[in-house]
Amino acid sequence: MMFKCFIEVGQVAYISFGLHAGRMVQIIDAIDQKGALVDGPCIQVRRYIMPFKFMELTDFILKFPHSARPKYVGQAWQKADTSRKCAAMGWVKKIKARERKAKMTDFDHYKVMKPEAGLEPTNHEVMT
Amino acid sequence: MKALGTPQKYKKMKKCSGQTVYPGQVFKKSPLRVKNFSIWLCYDSRSSIHNICQEYQDLTTVGGVTQCHGAMGAQHHAQAHRIQIMKVKETAARKCCPPAAKQFHSSKIKFLLPHRVLCHQHKPRFTTKRPNTFF
Repeated sequence: MMFKCFIEVGQVAYISFGLHAGRMVQIIDAIDQKGALVDGPCIQVRRYIMPFKFMELTDFILKFPHSARPKYVGQAWQKADTSRKCAAMGWVKKIKARERKAKMTDFDHYKVMKPEAGLEPTNHEVMT
Repeated sequence: MKALGTPQKYKKMKKCSGQTVYPGQVFKKSPLRVKNFSIWLCYDSRSSIHNICQEYQDLTTVGGVTQCHGAMGAQHHAQAHRIQIMKVKETAARKCCPPAAKQFHSSKIKFLLPHRVLCHQHKPRFTTKRPNTFF
């Protein structure tokens, strides 16, 4: 199996647990073997050092110089339309669907079970 | 040979042994910029005393010193009570010596995370599947 994702400046990472879990941030600079400086200016995540074990790498790499200011990091994010691309990823969609399913009420379960009743479920999982 | 000063001695400040230099909070200098800290320290090993200089990359001095204490404990088995930090100084990247510090100074840094060991070892605690380490 070929390694495709590297820790590099501009790599978009998904935070799997810890502070800001479930969000996408950019790697600004690698500090040492344990962690990197990450920033998410478009999602109000302040710059901080995050250990590598809390992050999962995605396929997106943005273009900005190492240790760039939040303004330029945010511009690179918007220019590459990364929010939309990240939301369109298969595993991100599955995570969101799982979250919505967990929030389903009993009434939502009924609505999904009986679509002929014509009631639109509010927190439903998309049945594909 | 015992270490020259112990933490208990530092905490006990009598009026005659020191003076107030500044009565306010000392704020972190630039907590969003990555800096290289050179830390000069004197530590007690099991047989003798050594003076060394270590270099770490971090956002703040506090973080750098915390890393230093951790590394000294791991590499030299020197606990905090056997370490005296003599000087902490922010240095420029080009003045750093050890190759371990210099390898992270590249502006085009790029490396893999191979064989990612499972973090949630107890979720689930019992399983029939081997964990996936490639992601």
